[in-house]
Formats: sequence, C-alpha cells, structure tokens
Amino acid sequence: MFLSQHGEAVFEPGLIGQIAWLVPLLPFLAFFVILFFGKRLPDKGHSVGIGAVAVGLVISLLAFIELAGGRGDIERSWTWFEFSDILELEFGMKIDFLTAVMFVVVCSISLLVQIYSTGYMHGDSRYTWFYAALSMFTSSMLFLVIANNLMQMFVGWEGVGICSYFLIGHFWEEKENSSAAIKAFITTRIGDVGFLFGIFALFAIAHTFNITELNLAAEDGEIGGPALTVAALLLFLGAVGKSAQFPLHVWLPDAMAGPTPVSALIHAATMVVAGIYLVARMFVLFEHAGAALDVVAIVAGITMLIAAVLALVQDDIKKVLAYSTISQLGYMMAALGVGAYTASIFHLFTHAFFKALLFLGAGSLIHAVHSNNMSDMGGLRKYMPHTYKTFLIGSLALGGIFPFAGFWSKDEIVGEALRASSEGTQTAAIFVFVAAIITAFLTALYMTKVCVKTFWGEYRGRGHPHESPGSMVTPLWVLALATCVVGFLGLPVVGPFLDWIFVPGEEHPGFSTAYNIVLPVASVGIAGIAIWLGWQLFHKERWSVDVLKGPFAWSYRFVANKYYLDNIYLGAIVKPIQYPLAKAAYWFNQRILDGVVNGTAAGTMASSRVTYAVIDQGIIDFAVNGAAGLTGVSGGLLRYVQTGNIQRYAAVLFASAALFVGALAFF
Amino acid sequence: MSAETWQQVVFWFFALLITGAGVLVVTTRNVIHAALWLVGALMGAAAMYVLLFAEFVAWVQVLVYVGAIVVLMLFGLMLTRAPIGSAEFDNNQRPLAALCATAVFVVTSVILVGGFEGKEINFARTTGTTTESVGTAIFTSYVWPFEVVSILLLAALVGAVVIARRD
Amino acid sequence: MPVSFFLVLSALLFSIGIYGVLARQHAVLVLLSIELMLNAVNINLVAFSAMLEEAGLGGQVFALFVIAVAAAEVGVGLAIVILIYRNRQSVDLDELDLMKW
Repeated sequence: MFLSQHGEAVFEPGLIGQIAWLVPLLPFLAFFVILFFGKRLPDKGHSVGIGAVAVGLVISLLAFIELAGGRGDIERSWTWFEFSDILELEFGMKIDFLTAVMFVVVCSISLLVQIYSTGYMHGDSRYTWFYAALSMFTSSMLFLVIANNLMQMFVGWEGVGICSYFLIGHFWEEKENSSAAIKAFITTRIGDVGFLFGIFALFAIAHTFNITELNLAAEDGEIGGPALTVAALLLFLGAVGKSAQFPLHVWLPDAMAGPTPVSALIHAATMVVAGIYLVARMFVLFEHAGAALDVVAIVAGITMLIAAVLALVQDDIKKVLAYSTISQLGYMMAALGVGAYTASIFHLFTHAFFKALLFLGAGSLIHAVHSNNMSDMGGLRKYMPHTYKTFLIGSLALGGIFPFAGFWSKDEIVGEALRASSEGTQTAAIFVFVAAIITAFLTALYMTKVCVKTFWGEYRGRGHPHESPGSMVTPLWVLALATCVVGFLGLPVVGPFLDWIFVPGEEHPGFSTAYNIVLPVASVGIAGIAIWLGWQLFHKERWSVDVLKGPFAWSYRFVANKYYLDNIYLGAIVKPIQYPLAKAAYWFNQRILDGVVNGTAAGTMASSRVTYAVIDQGIIDFAVNGAAGLTGVSGGLLRYVQTGNIQRYAAVLFASAALFVGALAFF
Repeated sequence: MSAETWQQVVFWFFALLITGAGVLVVTTRNVIHAALWLVGALMGAAAMYVLLFAEFVAWVQVLVYVGAIVVLMLFGLMLTRAPIGSAEFDNNQRPLAALCATAVFVVTSVILVGGFEGKEINFARTTGTTTESVGTAIFTSYVWPFEVVSILLLAALVGAVVIARRD
Repeated sequence: MPVSFFLVLSALLFSIGIYGVLARQHAVLVLLSIELMLNAVNINLVAFSAMLEEAGLGGQVFALFVIAVAAAEVGVGLAIVILIYRNRQSVDLDELDLMKW
C-alpha cells in the first residue's frame, strides 16, 4: 500500500523499504542479548548495543540520502488485530524524509552517547543493565518514529517513558534520584492520558488510526469542527507532557538526577522531541483543527520564556542545560504553532547535536570536578582544553551566533514568526515573535554565565581537575564538527534542507527575491549585547546581581522557587493522593490480598494434612495393607485343604468329576 | 428254554455274583478275605466275557488277573504283615466315599443308559470270536499299541525292581 | 438283550471300586479296589465289542491291553507299598500325611 501524501506518484519501496524495519529491531534484539548474555561478555555488553545502533545509523543515513528531495515516501503495513469491521489495529511503517531525519538524529546521538558511556559509566555496578536500557530506549524511540498509525506510536511513546524511568533512576540508591524518576514518569503520564484520549477521539470521528488517512481526512474536510479541535488539543496534551511544555515541564530539571549520558540522549535530543514529532506528523490535521495551532503557539511561547528565566538563576550546570532544553523545545513547538514546519524540524535537527554536545561536555566537567555545581568550577580552560573548546562551540551554536548551527535554525523560526504575524490574522504569532526575541537574549545571557563561571576565573573547587579520557572526548569533537556543519544544510535559498521537507502550501520567505537581511543581523546583534552583558556581570562583575536581591527580593524568590509550581503540584495533587489513597491501598494489600494469599496457604496446609491422615494413611495404606492381610488370611485358611491324605484328594477328584460331567450332560 | 432265556439267567446270576463279591471286597474286615472275594469277582467277570463271545479275553483274565495279580496282592499282603483275622480297615471318610460313589454311579449310568438306549446285543449270532482273529487283530490293526504296551510292561518291570530294591 | 444292562453293571462295579478306593485304609486294599474299577471298564469294553459286531475286535483287544496295564500297575504299586512299609513300618494311608500343611 503506497500512499501519497500530496497526490504525487511514489516509488516502489526499494532497498530502504526492505531494511528500514531493521533500524528499530536491531536495538530491540540487542536489549535481550545484553540482558541475557551481557554480564558474561568481556566488555559487559556495550559492544552489542553500540553495534546495533551503528548498523541502524548506516541504514538511517542511507534512508536520509535516498529520501532527500521528497521523493519515494514509503508506507507498508500489516494487519495486527482485527475486531469485525469496526476496529483494525495495524502494524506498519511510514518512511518519509521526516522519519529519515529523526532516524539520523536518534541513531547518531545514541551511538555517540553509548561510546561516551563506556568511559563515563566505567566501573558502574549496573553497567550491563544501563546498556540494555539504552538499547531498549533507542528501539522504542525508533519504533515511535517509524510508526504509521497512532496506536503504534503510542506503544513507542510508552516504551520511551518506561525506559527513561529506568535510566533516570539509575542511581536509585539516593532517594532523590528514584523520586525524580517517579516524578518524570507520572508527569508525562498525565500527558499520555491526553494523548490516548486524543487517539480515541480521532478514532471516533475518523474511524482510523492511520496517520496518513487522518491527515487526508482533515485536509479534505471529512472531519472537522469542535470535535477535531478537541482531539487535536488532547494530542497536544501528550506533547506537552513528553516535550516538557508549560505546565508539565517540571519533571525535566529533576530528571537531571540521572547519569549525564542519559540526559544527553533522552533530554536533549531524543525523547523530549517526541512531542514535537507528534505535532509535526499530525501537522496537516492541526492546521485544519481550528484554534489548536494557536494554543500550541501560546503554550510554547510561555514555555520558552519562563524556562529561559529559570535557566538564569541556576547553579547546577545540568539544570541550566535542562531549562535551556525546555526553552528550545518551546522554540520548536512555537515554530509549529505559527506554521513554520520546516523551520521547526530543522531546529530539532540542529538542536539535537549541539545540546547533546553541551550535555556530554557538562558530563566531562562533572566527571573531572566531581560536582554538578558551577560554584565548584572555574578556570577550567587551562586544565580541560578539549572540553573547553567543544563546549564553547556548543554554546555559540545555542546562542545563535553566526555561522554555527543554531543561528540558522533559530533565525528561521524568528523569521517565520515575523512573517506569520505580518499576515495579520495571527495574534499568537505576534506573541511568539516577541517571546522568541526575548528568549534569544536570555539564552545568550545564561550561556555566557555558564561559560564564564566554568572556564574563566580561578578554580574554586578542591582537587586537581584533569581532561577526560579519549572515549569521552572523541564524541565531543564529533558532535562539535556536526554542529559546525549541519547548520549549512538549512541555508536560506540555497540550503537543501528546505527542499527536502515541506508541507503543502508552505511558503519560504527566502525563496523570493526579497530576502530579509535585517532579521539575522538583528538577532546576532541581540545575542552580542547579551554576551557583553553577561561578560560584565559574571566575569568582570561590574554590576552585581545582588542589586536585585534587595527591593526585588520577592521576584528573586519567585524565580528561585521555580514560580512555586512544584509546591502547587505537590500540595494540590500529590499529597491528597499519597496519604489517604496510599494508606487505603496499603491496608487493602495487607489485609485482603495478603489475607487471601495466606489463607490459601493455610488452607492448602490443612487440606494436605487431612489428605495425609485420612486418604493416604487411612484409605490407601489401608487398602494396600489390607490386600496383604487378606492374602495372608486366605492363605492361612486355604492351606487346610492340604491334608496330606491322598484319599481325601481322590474323593474330591471323583466328586468334582461327577459334578462336572453331570453339569455338562444335564444342562 | 430258549437260548435267550438261558443267556438272561446266566447274565443275572453272574451279575449278582460280581456285584456281591465286589461289595464284599470293599467292606470285609479281613484283608485275605478281601483278596479272595476279588477272585470271585474276577471269575464272574471271566464268565461274563464268555457270555459276550470273548473267550480269549476270559481266558487271559483268568490267567493274568486271577493267576498273577491276585497272587501278587497276596504276596504284598504277606510282605507287609497283613493282620490275620479281622481288623478295622475303614477310614473316617466313609460317608463322603459313599456319596462320591453314588454320585458317580448315578451320573455314569444315566448317561450311558440314555446314550445307548435301544441298542441290543444280538446273542443269536452264530459266529463267535476265535483266538486267531484276535491275534490277527492285535498284530495287524493294533500292532502299535501292542508294542507300546510291551515297553510299558518293561518299564513297569524295571521300575518295580528298582523301587523295591533293598540297598 | 439291551446292552444297557451290561453298562449299568459296569457302572455299578466302577462305583463300588470308587467306594473302596476312598474308604479303605490299607494300601493293598486300595489296590484291590482299583482292580475292581479296571474290571468294570473291561466289562464295558467287551460289551460294546459284542454290540458292534462289524467293528472288528477293537473292544476285546482294548480289554486285553487294559489287563496288561493293570498287571504292570499292580507290580509297581506293590513295590511302592513294600517300600513304604520298609520305611514306615505301616501301610496305613492315614499316616502318610507328610505333605500336610
């Protein structure tokens, strides 16, 4: 079944169609191999995981190359479960350029993270399980990406959820780590409920789960109206949970309790973009779903602002990066909200590389200093040159400085927002534009703070920091190289990326002759001002931030407590559930469930005792002993026949003969 | 009287003789008398054979049975110190024995009489049996049983010697 | 004359012989009773032979063989009785109960 998204002819599935399913399958198999045999392998299983993802990456690159240019969308499916005519669950794959992009992102980042982890997690007691969980996570994410219907996507969605739970809670000996894992899982679960209900709502109105069919149905107007808007908003709720948008963003900073490679993989590049991916996949549906896209844009705009502010006041370097991620996700989601599909995907693509780079660099720093806090760092550019240089490249990319990747992608988004707002009808687009500019400023500011506090000044910690081993530094340089290069794929006018991925009806500002040069110059300028400000504040310390602490102390506290959101959630939602419900559940478990179990055990014991005494001893043994006794008694009685007297025998013989003959003759 | 009548008389006489002698054999208290009553029974049987045109058998009966077997019995009685005069020789099984005997008699006679009802022996025939014919029959039709019986006799002879040998 | 007369006579004699075998204590008296039984059989055989004139002399020949066998049996039987007497000083059959339980 080959479906065209735009009514164009599509090609037969070539090699890619045949082998693309291997990409999610190989890490899935690697999970089991590592699980069963990992401990016995000399390298404790990491080569299996790395090998599986490496092969996947090769196939992904092949797919990327083949599908570039928008040709040859592939879709294949098999019916998995059919319930009369009403319900059909299918199992299939949909490979277009979006899939290929995601494949490359997931496989490459996963590969680099796994290589990095051979150094970072060296000697960990649960090293093998770590790699197994990483493989399973990669497989789930790829399964999510390759899905051609929403139910299958949901399966992958849940898979990444549970694997992230395992991975965040890797160091579960510390209570706060396991709490963070639970918080992540439950918060995204709230989003998942929305997602599931959205799927049901769509099924109710469109009677299908298939993504292509849903998009077509929305485009053709078969489904629409308030029902479609509600369904789309429910789907978006899932994206809000998974991609850490306001108000379900609270889990991401706490999830930094997991190992740094996990943060790099899951929270920078992979799982959190699942929400972006969902909206992108269903983009046509969202476009026709009334005000849904506006809601998306506003939520995303709020997210990017509040997260950037929070990033400014953190001391833990990983938390800064976490809030930065939330903010950048807000960028991507906002781009989708204003209709800038290509820009959003392009930013996803570039962000994956430089955010993973920043996280792994942070991991390298933490590994050297044995502390997460920037107050324990400082002056590290002398001791850790590789980390310093690569981290700097990543920061510049994030800040949107020419010519690094972030510049091109962020710029696209801002430009699209401007264009959309200038079309007049979209108030959300204006809000997004303003928010994007402010956020860009804040982003550059906090990244400057991070770099200054970490690499300049004097070393404030204890011990002697040293550069990390090659297994950790090599991925850093690979990612740095990627960061430099991938940006050029999205050059306006000439960048091939824009040809490769598009939605019908989308126009690109850069394609007309009037390419706006003002905007990129302005954005670089804003970033430059932010860097200068940051340098003054944090390095030269010309103006102290303490000035804010006096009259505006309340605002400082408000931000420092993360807008008291966590407190609200804890008080309003968690505590009422935790105490009464948990107590009741515990009582039920102890009394009733355990009562049933113990009662069954006691009953079994009693019945077995009875069986032994009555049946075994009384009846069966009685029968067996009785048979022996009976034989003895009858033998004892029968022996009296042996009188030894021949004449007695003869008498019996003759009598019997007479009897026998008589009986034969007369009867 | 006719021949048939004589035959009937002869039959009944010897039948009673045989029966009486037999009863006495099994009931008398004197072992020697028992042996001698057996002689009587055997002689009566020989006479019965003559009546039934089997003279050779009658003669052999007298020779072998009376002449040899009874004498042998008497020797046996002598060698086992048979009591002289009367003594108790019945064991405590008499009622059961009588019952068995009666049962066998009843069954056998009923069957035989029922089976051979109406068949008659023709005493009016003129030809008897000659020794020559018996001899011919033995050595032509029944030569195999004859040889087997010879071997049997040999075995009995040897066996008797072996068993009773004093060593 | 109906042959059944002879048959009944033979049966009677046979039964008397059975009584003797079962009821007598002295071993030799048992042997005598056995002779009675054999004679009864002989009478039966010869009577049949006379009844079936055309059947050759099978009955008579058979009777001769029975006599021969009886002779052999008496010989061996008495040898056994003598041996028993030698070992046990008695020919009382009631005392021969070594095979008792």
